[in-house]
Amino acid sequence: MSFSWDLLVNAVVTGVVLGGFYAATAIGVTIEFGMLDIVNIAHPAFIIGGAYLGYLGWSAFDFDPFVSMAVFAPLGWLFGRAFYRGYHVFFERRGDEALQGLAFFFGILFVIEIGLVLTFGVDYRSIVAPYVSKTFGIGPISISWRLMLPFLVGLGMLAGIQLFLSRTFVGRTILAVAQDAEAVRLIGADPIRAKEIAFGIATASAIVAGILLIIIQPVEPSIGREYIGRVFAICVVGGMASIPGALVASLILGVAETLTTTFFGPSWSPAVSFGLLLVTLALRPAGIFGR
Amino acid sequence: MSAQADPAHRPRKSTLLPPRLRPGVAIAVTGVIFAAAAILLGSRVSAYYYLAAYTILQFVVLGTAWNILGGYGGYVNFGTAGFFAAGCYTTIVLNKLFQLPLLIDMLAAAAIAGLMGLATGYLTLRLRGIFFSIATLALAIVLQTVIVNWGFVGGARGVYVVRPQISGLFDSYAHLLVTLMIGLATCAVLAAWAVERSWIGIGLAAIRDDETAAETSGVPSLRLKLIATTMSGALMGMAGAPFPYYVSYVDPATAFSLAITVNSIAMPLIGGTAAWWGPLAGAIMLGSVQQVLTVTISSAANLFFVGMLLVLFLTAAPRGVVGIARAWKRGRAWT
Repeated sequence: MSFSWDLLVNAVVTGVVLGGFYAATAIGVTIEFGMLDIVNIAHPAFIIGGAYLGYLGWSAFDFDPFVSMAVFAPLGWLFGRAFYRGYHVFFERRGDEALQGLAFFFGILFVIEIGLVLTFGVDYRSIVAPYVSKTFGIGPISISWRLMLPFLVGLGMLAGIQLFLSRTFVGRTILAVAQDAEAVRLIGADPIRAKEIAFGIATASAIVAGILLIIIQPVEPSIGREYIGRVFAICVVGGMASIPGALVASLILGVAETLTTTFFGPSWSPAVSFGLLLVTLALRPAGIFGR
Repeated sequence: MSAQADPAHRPRKSTLLPPRLRPGVAIAVTGVIFAAAAILLGSRVSAYYYLAAYTILQFVVLGTAWNILGGYGGYVNFGTAGFFAAGCYTTIVLNKLFQLPLLIDMLAAAAIAGLMGLATGYLTLRLRGIFFSIATLALAIVLQTVIVNWGFVGGARGVYVVRPQISGLFDSYAHLLVTLMIGLATCAVLAAWAVERSWIGIGLAAIRDDETAAETSGVPSLRLKLIATTMSGALMGMAGAPFPYYVSYVDPATAFSLAITVNSIAMPLIGGTAAWWGPLAGAIMLGSVQQVLTVTISSAANLFFVGMLLVLFLTAAPRGVVGIARAWKRGRAWT
């Protein structure tokens, strides 16, 4: 493919916009893995579950995607809290997180994926909201609303979670648990409850990210696997527990992927996130923003 | 104190074999009996049974290999499919270039998958265990992307493999493959048993229980983990090497199938990770049930069943069948 500056600029801008959406998919893992030390490898499956909820809302109840978010995100929050309770009883309390807990999340990932295949089949499902097919241009750059809306919602969600964690009492308890759960117990707060709330927020963010995903592109059950690489790469590169770090890592990944797709072809793009992850683990496991 | 001085410890049965070697001999003898039976039966048995047996044996090897690192050392490998596919594609490349005997393909596959395991381990095993797990997952995806883009081995479209002519002992190629797989499964279980009772297994168990304490007591943890990763990877690669001849058409989606990874994790965890016969029991049980389900219902339903069973066992019986058996034995001994 011949090189052109317009192509490069367009790829970079699209990458940045895509990165905002990636941040929405990865914020949950930054909370679960980075802060709570729960390796929820099933998070991408929750995202795909959210995408199918968006599809269900659109096809069965005629919900706008944003109405779906308002309806299903609170349900995701409740589900996440219940799910964490179960995980805590069966694995954390037994001290079985490392082997059995990890395999458990892998099993959940697999059960959700196959469950979606059995319910909806392997065909691609999509929704067509009236406002997503338009594009707008600035000079030679053109961006579609299909990508711009998820970018804005993603940034908003990150800002909201960051504010919640740093400004409210519950949010600060969650940050404190991330540093030292025993010390939190000593000052009289309940670390399990804080983790439960944080896991609920992470799950709700997965539902929102899933509905954003089905705005961007048609969805089938197995595409969740691509997001395993993306979310963990973003979490590790961003320095595990840092939300601003996760945002910068998302933008880096978004740009790297669109550049790869533009200049080498889309068949190479699944390797970008995992390649980035492998290189980071080998060279600088604390991430770009880690101490 | 000698055995003679203490009548309670005097062996009651023949002393032909030291008791600690008996399981190993039993494994080897069982393997030889099965191989001999397969050779003698020949084409008198329907080819379907050979295909079913091959799949189950393949999972005996994969589950046992996974357990050497996962069960003994506590490090979860999410990339079984990657190592398996590395074995597959080693055979495909060698088959395209030279037409070597399958045994040599298998040794080459073991070398390549073992080196892959060693390299991944070397890069990530100094970090926390979870990073190793994520890295193995990453390795499988990166490898799959490379294969999809590599035209020489068929790329995303896949590749047909022609089975060589056979002669002598075997009636059909499926017959030969099953006999070969019986041999490989026997070797894998023997290797797991040998690791379990050697200093490697004891060291790995110490690492699994508390890595810092193990290192403080002088367990060479990195070296042991690297040995286990390499062995485990090599066995997975060997399990993959005959696969192209078994299916005669391979594409990346089949070779890197998530079902391979899930099964190789589910079988040891359901069987029990603490002893060599756990993955064996898990693979035989789960493999047989899956064969029945695939034939009677559908292959998606059988995968759903495996996932559900894995989740159920992990929550309700986290020590697997081995744990249930040991608890039962202990309970009976007390009464």
